[in-house]
Amino acid sequence: MPGTLVFTTTESGGLTRNALEVLAGGKRLKSLLGGPVGAAILGTELNAYVPLLFAYGADQVYRAEHPLLARYQGDAYTTALHLVCQQAQPNVILLAGDSIGRELGPRLAHRLKAGFVADFSDVDLDAGSGRLLFTRQAYGGKAMAVVQPHLSPVVATVKVRALDPATKEEGRTGEEIRVDVALEASQLKTHLLDKVQEEVAGVKLEDAKIVVSGGRGLRGPEGFKVLEELARVLRGAVGASRAATDAGWVPPSWQVGQTGKSVSPELYLAFGISGATQHVAGMSGAKHIVAVNTDPEAPIFKVAQLGVVGDWKAVATKLIECCKALTRQ
Amino acid sequence: MEHMNIIVCIKQIIDPEIPASQFKIDPASKRQVQGSHSLVISPYDANALEVAIQLKEKHGGKLTAVSVGTATAVTALKSALSMGADEAVLINDPLIGSPDQQGIAHVLAKAIQKAGGFDLILTGCVSGDWGDRAVPAFMAEELKIGCVTFVSRIEAKDGQVVMRRVVEDGYELVEAKTPVLASIISDETNTPRYPKLKDIMAAGKKTIPVWKVADLGLDPDRVGTGAARVAITDVSIPIKESKCEMIEGDTPEEQAVKLAARLRELKLI
Ligand SMILES: Cc1cc2nc3c(=O)[nH]c(=O)nc-3n(C[C@H](O)[C@H](O)[C@H](O)COP(=O)(O)OP(=O)(O)OC[C@H]3O[C@@H](n4cnc5c(N)ncnc54)[C@H](O)[C@@H]3O)c2cc1C
Ligand SMILES: Nc1ncnc2c1ncn2[C@@H]1O[C@H](COP(=O)(O)O)[C@@H](O)[C@H]1O
Repeated sequence: MPGTLVFTTTESGGLTRNALEVLAGGKRLKSLLGGPVGAAILGTELNAYVPLLFAYGADQVYRAEHPLLARYQGDAYTTALHLVCQQAQPNVILLAGDSIGRELGPRLAHRLKAGFVADFSDVDLDAGSGRLLFTRQAYGGKAMAVVQPHLSPVVATVKVRALDPATKEEGRTGEEIRVDVALEASQLKTHLLDKVQEEVAGVKLEDAKIVVSGGRGLRGPEGFKVLEELARVLRGAVGASRAATDAGWVPPSWQVGQTGKSVSPELYLAFGISGATQHVAGMSGAKHIVAVNTDPEAPIFKVAQLGVVGDWKAVATKLIECCKALTRQ
Repeated sequence: MEHMNIIVCIKQIIDPEIPASQFKIDPASKRQVQGSHSLVISPYDANALEVAIQLKEKHGGKLTAVSVGTATAVTALKSALSMGADEAVLINDPLIGSPDQQGIAHVLAKAIQKAGGFDLILTGCVSGDWGDRAVPAFMAEELKIGCVTFVSRIEAKDGQVVMRRVVEDGYELVEAKTPVLASIISDETNTPRYPKLKDIMAAGKKTIPVWKVADLGLDPDRVGTGAARVAITDVSIPIKESKCEMIEGDTPEEQAVKLAARLRELKLI
């Protein structure tokens, strides 16, 4: 029976948080449209994930195993997920709005002749037409748009950190379906040669409860050493604005915002960041935002709950000292 | 690799860096009102141009900028020419209407086929207005070529390219035979150059061909507003009213001490 198919990813033996958010999206669509939630999982040796997917809300698990699916490669994954869709015949296909989903989603939509919705944060039914209405950001976060696909199926990416992750229900089971994928390395037009993983000193930026971010106001890469120290003391992670990553002060993977990462920490500290909507688009889900900026008119103070008009470095340096004293107590 | 034919897709948009307070939507068309704001090349498309120009400088070749837009987009294409593109094409036809991104990708793919052979198609990783991040992938599928998104650097050698694809925890190196499409994300190696005055003058004198739907052999079911698979039913400006509590003090150190105390009170640290 056609329902929703969610594409899930794994890391270090478990499901990714993005996968749990997509599963939550699948459950939401089930409550709106009915039909089962199918979870697609691609890779090698997937046994351990099947019960997890059931526990987090999948009614069916479509598993495709092949050596060429061991790591994400665009062509292999698009072909495999397309095959899964042909078997499952879903009305809606959900992927996370991450570096995989943002590439795979539109490619799959094209192959399925489906409508495509990018990075939605909410979905509902139009009472009149009974069709889905997706809410998403537009114009770099300056506007919210509601879009309505005319066609079925629909492929949509879920904005990262917009939905609460699905919760676990022990003992839940479902139907397991193996999908045969015949793939040849020669069919792949692009090949993953190597992956260079950046070292993270503490917690990952997207999972951190406290994020300390810096922008152009830091005036150079040295400033980030101070923020790294503050993040270390607070057991948080360091983020950056696009101005800082474009200057090469820190790697692009530290960027928070529309193009960068979405984060939803308890506390987000912004140092020397003006608060452009494209930056805010990635951090407005933070529970508390603190802004430190020399310009009292900076737009960041419109989204912050606590503000300091002052030099970032003097404030951050003293803050490190205070936090050290507090943790010693 | 000798002589690369590179196509760069550029979109002209209203300056996306204007303050939120000056942003307005026309309720009838559900689009942004331009007002007195300037039109620019969508920022990541300028990074894509820069990547293309550097490849051309290194390997030789031809660089063509392509845009689907209204007559005003000629100015964006002229800036592409002044930066270093050799040729530019505008696809402007009322028949295109306002399709969704899949419709735009169809038009672009057909135009690129008409423009002739290519080794590399570069796009921005996301448009600065609508921002679907989808046109590049749709186009690659239309043209049945390889597709790598969020690429910051490209090296070419013997008919192959190696692309640095930025991902959440670092980057991947992805290899592909040409022809291939890459969507470009910014980093410190691809900051768009400023054109020289003499190049701006020279670009001003070039004529830019304008292609119509009829020139491209488009699938009529794929163009026009009615062909859109996704409709925009509403666009609104969210009202965010957050009250910011300012931490006062005579020195930044004093402010920091008060901030730490306040954060402690809120049990945040
Ligand atoms: C399509 C698109 C996507 C984008 N995606 C992103 C994204 O993902 N993430 C992102 O961040 N941006 C993104 N941007 C860019 C965004 O529009 C802004 O240009 C960018 O966020 C500005 O970075 P910034 O705040 O560090 O720099 P600026 O805007 O230059 O602000 C620097 C701030 O530092 C303050 N300052 C200066 N000196 C000091 C000091 N000593 N102490 C304290 N404060 C000081 C200044 O008052 C100023 O407010 C995107 C733009 C586009 C068009
Ligand atoms: N109308 C257009 N003309 C030329 N290129 C476009 C157009 N629309 C989108 N693109 C390209 O596709 C990229 C991604 O756009 P989007 O899918 O809208 O985020 C842009 O950065 C451009 O390179």
